[in-house]
Amino acid sequence: MSANLIVPTMAEMMAQGKQPDVLFWVGCSGSFDDRAKKITKAFVKLLNHANVSFAVLGTEESCTGDPAKRAGNEFLFQMQAMTNIEVMNAYEIKKIVTACPHCFNTIKNEYPELGGKYEVVHHTEFLKSLLDEGKLTIEGGQYKGKKITFHDPCYLGRANNVYEAPRDLITKLDAELVEMKRSKKNGLCCGAGGAQMFKEPEKGNKDINVERTEDALETQPDIIAAGCPFCNTMLTDGIKFKEKEGSVKVMDVAELIANAQDL
Amino acid sequence: MSYLDNILFAILLILGGGYFAQNVKKLIRNIKLGHDVDRSDNPSERWKNMAMIALGQSKMVRRPVAGILHIFVYIGFVIINIEVLEIVIDGLFGTHRAFSFMGGFYDFLIGSFEILALLVLVAVITFWTRRNIIKLKRFIHNDLTGWPKSDANYILYFEVVLMSLFLLMNAADLHLQTIGAPGYESAGAFPVSQFIAPIFNGTSESLVHLIEKSAWWVHICGILVFLNYLYYSKHLHILLAFPNTYFANLKPQGQFDNLESVTNEVKLMMDPNADPFAAPAPDADATPAKFGASDVQDLNWVQLLNAYTCTECGRCTSSCPANQTGKKLSPRKIMMDTRDRLEEVGKNIDANKGVFVPDNKSLLNDYITPEELWACTSCNACVEECPVNISPLSIIMDMRRYLVMEQSAAPTELNNMMTNIENNGAPWQYNQMDRLNWKDEA
Repeated sequence: MSANLIVPTMAEMMAQGKQPDVLFWVGCSGSFDDRAKKITKAFVKLLNHANVSFAVLGTEESCTGDPAKRAGNEFLFQMQAMTNIEVMNAYEIKKIVTACPHCFNTIKNEYPELGGKYEVVHHTEFLKSLLDEGKLTIEGGQYKGKKITFHDPCYLGRANNVYEAPRDLITKLDAELVEMKRSKKNGLCCGAGGAQMFKEPEKGNKDINVERTEDALETQPDIIAAGCPFCNTMLTDGIKFKEKEGSVKVMDVAELIANAQDL
Repeated sequence: MSYLDNILFAILLILGGGYFAQNVKKLIRNIKLGHDVDRSDNPSERWKNMAMIALGQSKMVRRPVAGILHIFVYIGFVIINIEVLEIVIDGLFGTHRAFSFMGGFYDFLIGSFEILALLVLVAVITFWTRRNIIKLKRFIHNDLTGWPKSDANYILYFEVVLMSLFLLMNAADLHLQTIGAPGYESAGAFPVSQFIAPIFNGTSESLVHLIEKSAWWVHICGILVFLNYLYYSKHLHILLAFPNTYFANLKPQGQFDNLESVTNEVKLMMDPNADPFAAPAPDADATPAKFGASDVQDLNWVQLLNAYTCTECGRCTSSCPANQTGKKLSPRKIMMDTRDRLEEVGKNIDANKGVFVPDNKSLLNDYITPEELWACTSCNACVEECPVNISPLSIIMDMRRYLVMEQSAAPTELNNMMTNIENNGAPWQYNQMDRLNWKDEA
């Protein structure tokens, strides 16, 4: 295990007169949810390992407003957006990376009109570029030969057409990437989007996350890879519901890479 | 007296065309009831989308069986219209097969029309079987009952009748050509109807002549009736698919529009120099904009065009995660309800001399219930699936906005989530000051 995580904040950087190359937008889930915090740490380990110059906003970060907007509360969304934009513009942020496709989509697509224009990348795209630039090497390690299926987060895939970066990373692990019957453009939602994460589902005959978990289990995977903290929660719950937590793990792509390097 | 036929035909043509034109006018007026939205950007990409998706049917073939059969019907429809042009000329000027001067090329044309007509018959019969015998789930879904269900079958029956008449007409013509009847010079190739023609052997020339003329008349009358049926039917998509794909959203699917009216208010709220007691600007709109949509007039014209374009194929509903897991939401129903309500509003305007008189009804509640709206995960599967780029999601979102911002009618849990965002900057009850605690946790 490596030493402590190095996580500078924008405020600290500014005090030292430095400007990081990229802002790591952690997101609410990555900051507070116990499962998602592990993803955040795994990603930071990789950033530290590759000597990436980055910083986080820390206590100056606030919800992007995505769940409020999808729930119909445009007021709250725009208040959140403008507050965040003010903070980020004050720090003269140019580039943002985030491990949450909802934050990714909102900042990338919905902030520009409100005055927040940044280059925004998903952490799988960022890791892929580190790999391409030779700043990061990936070896299979404990995942060599394992069967891994990737669940496309709606707000990464259909919403923004990012399908290949996470798959390229998984393939680099020398793992066997297996596709679910519904994947990429046809991928089925995990059930969390559109603010569903924060409410009970409407009356029906099944939960969406169970339906999606069944898609994943059909491929008989060792690991279900996700690229979104909410999908991760939904699929983990689905695995528990199907009583498969002994044989199948739900992992974020960043965790897979960090673990494979024994970081 | 010999001009009687031609005059009668001209009158039918004017009546059929005129009534259709009137309905098109109504259609355009109804679509214009929607808010304005600018879709004039990127014309080259828009033309490309129209060429690929509407003309090229690129999204249809994602489901190969229906896609390929649909292409038969579609090409059949487009190409056979060339034949209709000849029929119109023949009808108006009393000619017989006016294009036959093209010789070999004419043979090729008529020959390919016949093969297409046969393929259309095969496709249409398969479609009918899928709907009525195999009963594909999306065709027997509970949002497709009554008129929409019959409408789908009527269209298929119509096409069978039109294609059969076309082939019967050619068969009779071929028979008359073969026996050298006066006025029936040898013209055209008949790869399909040559197998029907033998049924006329032994029939008197005058009867075959009558059959040929009747088939011709019923065929062209059928086409005029079908043209006018479009406005009342889901079949309107054969025309509207083109403008619909042209004007469709080009932005990333995940990008939802930012309400401008809200932006102005939020900017004012956050501006430390704003005078809270300032009188409204003299040019300010007298009626403040309504946030979100509760009725069709609150939607934009592209959403209304979407509603008229929808052909109720149900690919959206069959790919909707909420619908697949038994929730009430059906994206197809959202589109059908929007069209039904828009028609109702249109009829109200017609009945009240061009002014809409409130009828105590609205799209929200009377057609679409909040339960349906809250079941959506905003996953965009319906938008991705639609073969003509309709977005049921944008209507769902606009209606959620109305529920939340005008009626404060969000589900309790969502209200809690929003309160948390307002107070702590996160959807859960965590303190913003604890946002970086993860760094030091083991």
